Amino acid sequence: MGAPEIATAVLDVRNLSVAFATHTGPVAAVHDVSFTVAPGETLALVGESGSGKSVTSLAVMRLTPPAPRTRLDGQALFRSRDGTVRDLLAVPERAMRALRGNEIAMIFQEPMTSLNPVQRVGDQIAEAVMTHRPVGRREALDRAEHLLARVGISDARRRLAAFPHHLSGGMRQRVMIAMALACDPALLIADEPTTALDVTVQAQILELLQDLQRETGMAIVFITHNLGVVAEIADRVMVMYAGRIVEQGEVGPVMRAPLMPYTQGLLRAVPTLTVSDGFVPLTSIPGTVPSPTALPPGCAFEPRCPYALPGLCDATTPPLDDAFDGQQVRCLRWDAVAALEARP
Amino acid sequence: MASFLLNRLIQSVILLALVSVIGFAVLHLAPGGPLSQFALIPGMTQEQLAHIAHEMGLDRPLPLQYWEWVSRLVTGDWGHSYRDNQPVLAIISGRLPATFELMLTAIALAVLLGVTVGVLGAVRRGSIFDSLATVGAMVALSIPTFWFGLIVIYIFAVKLGWLPAGSRSTVGDGSFSDYFRHLIAPAVVLALVEVAIWSRYMRGAMLDVISQDFIRTARAKGLSEKSVMLRHAFRNALLPMIELAGLELPTLLGGALVTETVFTWPGMGRLFLDSLGYRDYPVVMGILMVSAVLVLIGSLFADILSAAADPRIRL
Ligand SMILES: Nc1ncnc2c1ncn2[C@@H]1O[C@H](COP(=O)(O)OP(=O)(O)O)[C@@H](O)[C@H]1O
Ligand code: SF4
Ligand SMILES: [Mg+2]
Repeated sequence: MGAPEIATAVLDVRNLSVAFATHTGPVAAVHDVSFTVAPGETLALVGESGSGKSVTSLAVMRLTPPAPRTRLDGQALFRSRDGTVRDLLAVPERAMRALRGNEIAMIFQEPMTSLNPVQRVGDQIAEAVMTHRPVGRREALDRAEHLLARVGISDARRRLAAFPHHLSGGMRQRVMIAMALACDPALLIADEPTTALDVTVQAQILELLQDLQRETGMAIVFITHNLGVVAEIADRVMVMYAGRIVEQGEVGPVMRAPLMPYTQGLLRAVPTLTVSDGFVPLTSIPGTVPSPTALPPGCAFEPRCPYALPGLCDATTPPLDDAFDGQQVRCLRWDAVAALEARP
Repeated sequence: MASFLLNRLIQSVILLALVSVIGFAVLHLAPGGPLSQFALIPGMTQEQLAHIAHEMGLDRPLPLQYWEWVSRLVTGDWGHSYRDNQPVLAIISGRLPATFELMLTAIALAVLLGVTVGVLGAVRRGSIFDSLATVGAMVALSIPTFWFGLIVIYIFAVKLGWLPAGSRSTVGDGSFSDYFRHLIAPAVVLALVEVAIWSRYMRGAMLDVISQDFIRTARAKGLSEKSVMLRHAFRNALLPMIELAGLELPTLLGGALVTETVFTWPGMGRLFLDSLGYRDYPVVMGILMVSAVLVLIGSLFADILSAAADPRIRL
């Protein structure tokens, strides 16, 4: 393999495909996905439920079901603290374990169920420390206390002894974040970390993640189905649909002028506050994400797309085109669509 | 905790009262009775039988008989056996050690083997071991205990001569190894069904936990698969098993009854069947009450243990 060039990126995913073995044959949940994240940068991974966001992130962590049940193709080049670059999809399991929770950490959607219900939160955090550092339990618990304080939990010493069910959803997500930070990871993958939380707590957690990123310079891959969150936290955004990237670029341009009809639909589904009448009713995209077992021919979004052109969109599979300023879009008619969207 | 114990005490008293009423009624309403034994004695006349019935109080109304039995029971007077006139309490406590020895050995076997097989089956789900364990459990659950006991006796005692065919020890030999040799076959026979049940429940509990989110969290921490399974999955999967232990006690008592009979084991279960045959009402009722108390204590113990092991449960 040699030392691949990944420039400044901490993670460089190239042509990642993930297929699950099922009784009806392999199911391609993720197809040919490439992206990079640089230190200190936040990449948002957006798409409706079932579009392949979690599978993409779990594949990078190598937490998908083991080999015969899952097939991983492509590369996920990761730059370690010591400067070496390794393909996460190719390193032995042992080496991968040494990276997980250490240099790459992950937090999940459900803070209610993501913590061990019968282990004290202090021990759960300390365990992450002790797994990767040659420290005893005392020292690890001291670090756990420090981490709890850092994620904004007051009275951290006493909270070490709490069980998850003693804490609110927001507090549990803070504990998860503390656990993820245990070994100062270079990359944090956050899979819908605020989806299960109410709006105020959601905002607090987003702010916390941004603060921590400023402090540590870690890269964040932030997964969400809510484009509203993206504007707040991300530098770049990558939109997924049916296991494929359908649009990506800088947050500003993508949010201001999305080129892909799917991104436009997602944007319209974000509740916005107007002065006159409170929340504008959200218009969700009709229909659902097709299952990877039943992808429509041509463009996967064709059955739901307001701009679909019969004879074209249901016949030709669109490539990921370079539009302007590094923005990429997977749509056969993106220039026509952009012109139509530009009209009021 | 105090109010929990008080609640349980009240519940237990009500349950024991119900068990005693139902047991008493079923026993006395069943055809045949203690008199049929006396009727077999040659030369027994109808008058003599009526006299005996009167002496035993059997000619009085059933509720009255029950009341007399119960009011003596609560003062510690459990009555005397119809067969040999020994105090019921003394007879039963004489048999308890043998039953405990058998049951505790069987429980230990069931827990050790059942938990191990269940955990391995879950961790290696779909493997040859898992399939064999599944089939094995199905077979074990479908074999009647008495039949299995007889087969074991036939093979290991009669054909191979490796183990004694029954009883708890050889007369005149009080050595540990002699007791142990006698214990093996009945303990294994009694444990068989329990091992099957425990391995199935353990496997299910383990699979249930393995699919939960916090297991993924544990893996994301970089823990080895062994740590994930032992420290996180196994610890959580044991919780429902404590409850199972409490629920399985009646099954185990029932199994002990059959096993003791097949292996002429001098325990409470065999005493129960013998006494039932003789319509020895005081002994039968005594054993019923002792068993009910054992079951209640078992389930109380399981609840307290659950609360100790699971921080989410508060008594
Ligand atoms: N272990 C698996 N086996 C088979 N299919 C899976 C598995 N995990 C996920 N999938 C499928 O992959 C697709 C993408 O799922 P996911 O990545 O979880 O979506 P989301 O974008 O909501 O996170 C879905 O159709 C899902 O059913
Ligand atoms: S290719 Fe056609 S169907 Fe697909 S998004 Fe573009 S316009 Fe819509
Ligand atoms: Mg998901």
